[in-house]
Amino acid sequence: MKGTLKIYLGYAAGVGKTYRMLEEAQALRQKGCDVVIGYFEPHGRAETIAKTEGLEIVPRRKCSYANTSFDEMDTEAVLRRKPQVAVVDEFAHTNVPGCERAKRWQDVDALREAGISVLTTLNVQHLESLNDQVYDFTGVRVRETVPDWVVDAADEVVFVDLTPRALRNRLERGVVYAQEKAQKAMENFFTETNLTALREIAMRHAAHELEEKLEPADADQPQGGRHERILVCLTGRPSSAMLIRRARRVADYLQGECVALHVACGPVDESVERHMSFARNLRVESHVVSGSDISSAIAGFARQERITQIFMGRSAPLPWWKRFEETLVQQVVRQAHDMQITIVAERRR
Amino acid sequence: MPRLEDRRPDPGDLLRRVQAGERRESRGRLKVFLGYAPRVGKSLRMFDEGRRRRMRGQDVVVAALQSPVAPDIQTVIDRIEVVPQSEAGAINLDALFERHPQLCLIDGLAQSNPPGSRNAQRWEDVRDLLDHGISVITALNIQHIREQQDAVERITGKRAAHSVPQEFLNEADEIEVIDAPAEALLEGAAPANMPNARQLSELRELALLAAADIVERQLQDYLDDHGVEARWGAQERILVCVTPRSNALEMLHSGYRNAERFHGALLVAYVEQPELNGVDQTRLDRNMAIARELGAEIHSLHGQDFVAAILNFAREQRITQLFLGHTLRGARSLWRSPVDRLIDAADEFDVRIFPHREGE
Repeated sequence: MKGTLKIYLGYAAGVGKTYRMLEEAQALRQKGCDVVIGYFEPHGRAETIAKTEGLEIVPRRKCSYANTSFDEMDTEAVLRRKPQVAVVDEFAHTNVPGCERAKRWQDVDALREAGISVLTTLNVQHLESLNDQVYDFTGVRVRETVPDWVVDAADEVVFVDLTPRALRNRLERGVVYAQEKAQKAMENFFTETNLTALREIAMRHAAHELEEKLEPADADQPQGGRHERILVCLTGRPSSAMLIRRARRVADYLQGECVALHVACGPVDESVERHMSFARNLRVESHVVSGSDISSAIAGFARQERITQIFMGRSAPLPWWKRFEETLVQQVVRQAHDMQITIVAERRR
Repeated sequence: MPRLEDRRPDPGDLLRRVQAGERRESRGRLKVFLGYAPRVGKSLRMFDEGRRRRMRGQDVVVAALQSPVAPDIQTVIDRIEVVPQSEAGAINLDALFERHPQLCLIDGLAQSNPPGSRNAQRWEDVRDLLDHGISVITALNIQHIREQQDAVERITGKRAAHSVPQEFLNEADEIEVIDAPAEALLEGAAPANMPNARQLSELRELALLAAADIVERQLQDYLDDHGVEARWGAQERILVCVTPRSNALEMLHSGYRNAERFHGALLVAYVEQPELNGVDQTRLDRNMAIARELGAEIHSLHGQDFVAAILNFAREQRITQLFLGHTLRGARSLWRSPVDRLIDAADEFDVRIFPHREGE
């Protein structure tokens, strides 16, 4: 049987996710469960390190990349050890190139496939669909992300709270990072507004995860209204990634589906390929149709697929000599006049 | 230009805010641990924070304990001074004013006081302590927030006898949520009246959302106090623009459903037009009646320029999704339609255009 996954969800480093996770690991051990630490990031925090006492630690693996040595979880060693439960810190971590799997969440999945249950930690800003919103708030583009469906598939998501004031006090006391780094962090990412906003997002997301588990999506009879089918119009423009994330998120919340479409006039170029594979990563089914009349192709596809809502990026303004022509958005609005059309803001800071 | 005066903070509001700020200076600080059910561990967390603060040199006393005291809590408070409660369980306010510690630890915020006490409710005692400059850390469960009691009753079929008004919690300096899996609460011998696993999960969701709403309010206050212009909010805020001839029913229902699913806010706005004919006025009135039934926050905007009025309002209200009817688009003409202009100008929120249905 596949192992279970429990995620301790926080909103920033230092709120106490690892501590709570280790507390749980200790409680399990007390009950006679076979628990090991697969990966643990001590960050030099004494209280947290103390919580590992008595727990077996599977040694990490040294990986060298670009003449530097990195410590990674030794997934194969954990698999060989085959405990009942493995503690694996930092779910969103990206392994150095050359490792068996690119992402730690994939390592975790391999452990679970082998019947090992996993306890792990995650900050809300690492959720793929929140990437733009977090950037908009904090000005920080989070690089290490986890697809939402991976988190949705967890058996349990536990929210670990600490007030921003308490967190900033901990930073000031040097509990979270060394003093100098802490000072810098407080001026940048760990401002009162950033922390408050991230915390609110994390609370809402934790509530959303609970709701997902309480109301299994019923494809035929969604609660209170029709079943939403969202179509994302993909292009090679960078804003397409944002469009996919936003559509995925809205579809998840409305318990609807999400498909993506690219209308190709010629061969599909590399940037479109990248967006398509990104969409597939987020479990958005992707289609390509060829045609030179983009708006009719979109409207036709939407009708055929019983789409309820079309998600598009904003068209660039037309040059003055074309001011009496229609932009793509205007054309789609005219042609798909029987559907809802959402023009997604780029939310540039 | 649109008139915006009616939405600016009025001077009385500003004065109240300044006064509240001054009061806060001399007042003790209030921190609340919020749980979703008994056994979630809030008392332990509260007393543990008291223990750690004492170790850091603060003058801490325990002013209210739930009896019997659990062994793990007893260990935590071992070295903290206790100011004993009366035999009937009331906090000894006079002794606390006299002793005047920096920080009081008070379990069971929602308790009522025995007859003859200075205050009827324990939360009023806490308010008095704060007014005397004594900080308080306290704990309570979601079913004890007065404004949440209807929702809790819908889940569990039960209503707690004692409650604390939401307003009091809004004034707390800090609220921390204690979250834990529902099964953990059902392990071993669960107390009588314990909700079942599904009810516990629903209570858990309710507590998280209640806390998120409080945090949202704090964020807004902070931004207002510091004169920061808010950008995109953490909460979805949907604005439905209604005109007499728009397909309002579909927009309003969709807006309602979206707001509900996202646990966001639903706002409805119409731009006042000077001369509406009877038919249009009736339609508009009907649309507004529906909006009210759906519990939307209704705003009437003024302004010669429809697009500017909507845009300003949406920005001010930190709207994340704007719903518009297709009718605003009209036939193709030399002049760009209001919908086109709104799409072009709206770079901080999504614009959703709704189809026009025949017969509307």
